[in-house]
Amino acid sequence: MFGKLSWSAVPFDQPIPLLTGAVVIAAILAVLLWVVVRGHLPYLWREWITSVDHKRIGVMYTLLASVMLLRGFADAIMMRAQQALAFQSNGFLPPEHYNQIFSAHGTIMIFFVAMPFVIGLMNLVVPLQLGVRDVAFPTLNSVGFWLTATGALLVNVSLVVGEFARTGWLPYPPLSELTYSPGVGVDYYTWSLEISGVGTLVAGINLVVTVLKIRTRGMTYMRMPIFCWTTLAANLLIVAAFPILTATLAMLILDRYLGFHFFTNEAGGNVMMFMNLIWAWGHPEVYILVLPAFGVFSEVVSTFSGKPLFGYRSMVLATMAICVISFTVWLHHFFTMGAGPDVNAIFGIASMIIAVPTGVKIYNWLFTMFGGRIRFTTPMLWAIGFMVTFIIGGLTGVLVAVPPADFLLHNSLFLVAHFHNVIIGGVLFGAFAGYTYWFPKAFGFRLHEGWGKGAFWCWLIGFYVAFFPLYAVGFLGMTRRMQHYDVAAWTPWLHIASVGAVIILAGIICQIMQLVVSIRERESLRDLTGDPWDGRSLEWSVSSPPPVFNFAVMPDVTGEDAYWSIKRRAQEQAREPDYKPIELPRNSPTGFVCAFFATFVGFAMIWHIWWMVILGLIGAYATFVVFAWRDHDEYEIPADEVARVDRANRAARRDLVTAAGSI
Amino acid sequence: MSDTDLHHGPDLAPGEEHASVRLRVLGYLIGLGLAILLTATSFFIAGTDLVWQPSIPVAIIVLAIAQMGVHLVFFLHITTGPDNTNNVMALAFGLLIVFLVIGGSLWIMSNLNQHMVPMDQLMQMQR
Amino acid sequence: MSIAVAQDDPHHLGVLAMVTHEGLAPKRIVTGYGFWIFLLSDIVMFSCFFAAYAVLLGQTAGGPSGAQLFNLRNVAVETGCLLFSSFTCGMASIASEERNYFWFQIAMAVTCIFGLAFLWIEFHEFADLVARGAGPSRSAFLSAFFTLVGCHGGHVSAGILWLLTMMAQVFAKGFRADIQRRMLCFALFWHALDIIWVAVFSVVYLLGSAV
Repeated sequence: MFGKLSWSAVPFDQPIPLLTGAVVIAAILAVLLWVVVRGHLPYLWREWITSVDHKRIGVMYTLLASVMLLRGFADAIMMRAQQALAFQSNGFLPPEHYNQIFSAHGTIMIFFVAMPFVIGLMNLVVPLQLGVRDVAFPTLNSVGFWLTATGALLVNVSLVVGEFARTGWLPYPPLSELTYSPGVGVDYYTWSLEISGVGTLVAGINLVVTVLKIRTRGMTYMRMPIFCWTTLAANLLIVAAFPILTATLAMLILDRYLGFHFFTNEAGGNVMMFMNLIWAWGHPEVYILVLPAFGVFSEVVSTFSGKPLFGYRSMVLATMAICVISFTVWLHHFFTMGAGPDVNAIFGIASMIIAVPTGVKIYNWLFTMFGGRIRFTTPMLWAIGFMVTFIIGGLTGVLVAVPPADFLLHNSLFLVAHFHNVIIGGVLFGAFAGYTYWFPKAFGFRLHEGWGKGAFWCWLIGFYVAFFPLYAVGFLGMTRRMQHYDVAAWTPWLHIASVGAVIILAGIICQIMQLVVSIRERESLRDLTGDPWDGRSLEWSVSSPPPVFNFAVMPDVTGEDAYWSIKRRAQEQAREPDYKPIELPRNSPTGFVCAFFATFVGFAMIWHIWWMVILGLIGAYATFVVFAWRDHDEYEIPADEVARVDRANRAARRDLVTAAGSI
Repeated sequence: MSDTDLHHGPDLAPGEEHASVRLRVLGYLIGLGLAILLTATSFFIAGTDLVWQPSIPVAIIVLAIAQMGVHLVFFLHITTGPDNTNNVMALAFGLLIVFLVIGGSLWIMSNLNQHMVPMDQLMQMQR
Repeated sequence: MSIAVAQDDPHHLGVLAMVTHEGLAPKRIVTGYGFWIFLLSDIVMFSCFFAAYAVLLGQTAGGPSGAQLFNLRNVAVETGCLLFSSFTCGMASIASEERNYFWFQIAMAVTCIFGLAFLWIEFHEFADLVARGAGPSRSAFLSAFFTLVGCHGGHVSAGILWLLTMMAQVFAKGFRADIQRRMLCFALFWHALDIIWVAVFSVVYLLGSAV
């Protein structure tokens, strides 16, 4: 009746997940209760859950990422603590549990922190920068977000119902095959990622079409902000790479559910083919993460140096070069797994070549800063911290790109330190910079600078203290994912690393405090004009937060740094535009309902509850038909309402405009 | 963002075509005819002894590519005109990825298979 | 055409800055292009199954190989069905643009029949193979075969479901602009399926039998 599901799936005998699960469920129930009792549910449903507005969806993506950061970081603290304690001892986490923790840590951080964070920023910002009202497919945007949330939900449900995969964040066969992972852990992983993979693909298609087809008049390709170029490149990679993930996980699912032999040891399966295909996805994936971060830094560095970005054309070329080359390096993730020297050499050289366009970008940022009037605001600090940290991470990357060196360093903690170096130093710092930079645009008030700077310094110092010892201990021979060890030389380094983790924890606490304090003091941090940073691109030409239609009249762009030139020609602002009624897409519960059925189907698949699967699929199809059948997909905002909103914004920024160029 | 016109601006949607009904039907008929010809040739070559055997795989691949081309031109209306540039660029990007993935995988996997002990032999060694 | 002033051209792009852009593309182009991008992603997914098939081609684990299993006559009939269905789908596209309800429904119905015929033959082929002990769990080669060909068949099935929904929509609501856009996407999908089939029958069946 309920497939493999029974009460034994709940970990009554494991105190840590049981307690954590109980606390989290209690917290969620408390929040839900507060929302319902205070009457916020209709508002939430109308304004957020069924919203198809890219600004709202961008905020929700970022919120999902932030919450999942806490879960992923909790896993990290447990791992550091275990390794600090586990010299010739079993620590406090038994192996079956430790293995799930590092698997969940990686899965959550990549798929449910880094991806949603960058997709959220791109969603929020790109239509504003392009001078348009929304992305190409607003309802599909909502579907994409809610499917991603479904994936995150399923992974977290595995904590209290069943178990998670013990294979690491990429489920290599034969360990991930049914013979060696008979439980539901790998199934939670595969279904969660298949579902959220659809969401990501949908977001990718949306943003590619938006950048290529939905730009305001005069916004030619070479006048787009660099953030839009990196968005294009990253989303082209999503469209190209995520189908590979879908196909590969599907093959694993077929092996596990229907006895197929893609990756089994028997009947001719080829285990290495999994490695090959999964990394053909996996390498472009990390560029999907880092390219938007590079875009954020281009915006931040240019704004806070008070200069246009140096070397616009070479930035565009470098971005597109990285996009293409990232599809030619994937074997460097398995140099040691049996390929010959010729294959290894070619992929090693390609991996070193890809460092060149990245270097071009770094030089361009440095030359942007040179001769500028630099303001060391929190986003700028993140950018500078990124430049130093990412360079080091990139250098260690070039080191492991050399196959003979990689034979010693593969799967050691040196490798772990390298990829955290580039992901934290690159992606996460970029996400935090973007978050701080665009927060006032999304919410109408700035974040508290003091707590922001505190967060930055704790993260920066904490990162170095946590991960540089891992470089050392990797050189000393420590392999990754060890639940216990007996080499005494490693212990002091692991102790230092756990101190680093605590410093990062302090950084996270600073960020939470920053949010709390900023909300409490929002009136004094209010962004009255919509342009708190003296910005250069179009998102700063609208109020904070922007009206639902973004621009009363879509701007006519005549050059790059479109808003900068508008500010210079302040007299244009005096003449009112000809206000017309604006049509906008209607809100729709399609995304949320679709995701509800997806969760249903995913959970049912994991636990082999077949009738539930069929019911869920029928429900999903019915949702699609109901959506396709609607007669009214747009609503109109009358011209005088548009005029009223826009006049208020113009009045607020009149003073700023006449003193253009000064803060 | 509403449109009142089915065709304005310099670009065409993929699959869109602007011509008279007669010409359009003719286009599909020609495409059908060419495709039938090529498909029949493919099947014939696969089954016959009249062709030099080692050339059969190449011939079938070439004919398959030709058939796909016929579909792209006559059914999907992908042309090299300036109104189709975006569509062709996207197709080119997709094809590049397909070649990298298939070509790369085949190269890598054959290299690995060459260097690795066959799985059943490996399993024997485990016992 | 606007003249670029120096302050509008901080990166000295010169002639590149003189290019114009008229604004948002019309909805029909945006929708069609978005679906085109989705199709390309789907083709990348198929290419993974093709790659897996090519790698596992020889792994018959002592079981039957393609040459022993494939019935080329059936494949020829299947190919004919899909090819003609592509043609009739094209006719349906023309009918929808000319707003001709009768020919639209007829053409779509014929397309549906050809599609169902294809699925019928394929289903029986699969059932027959399973009955002969050559199911997907017999060997890696058969796993790859069933997955690749089955994935295509799955897409055709989804296409039939979509086709029927389109027929119902046009019947209920007429040739509204958004329904026309969906018809454009459906036609792209259906033709792309035939393109994939060309690759499938050439690489899997013809090359497999010629060995």
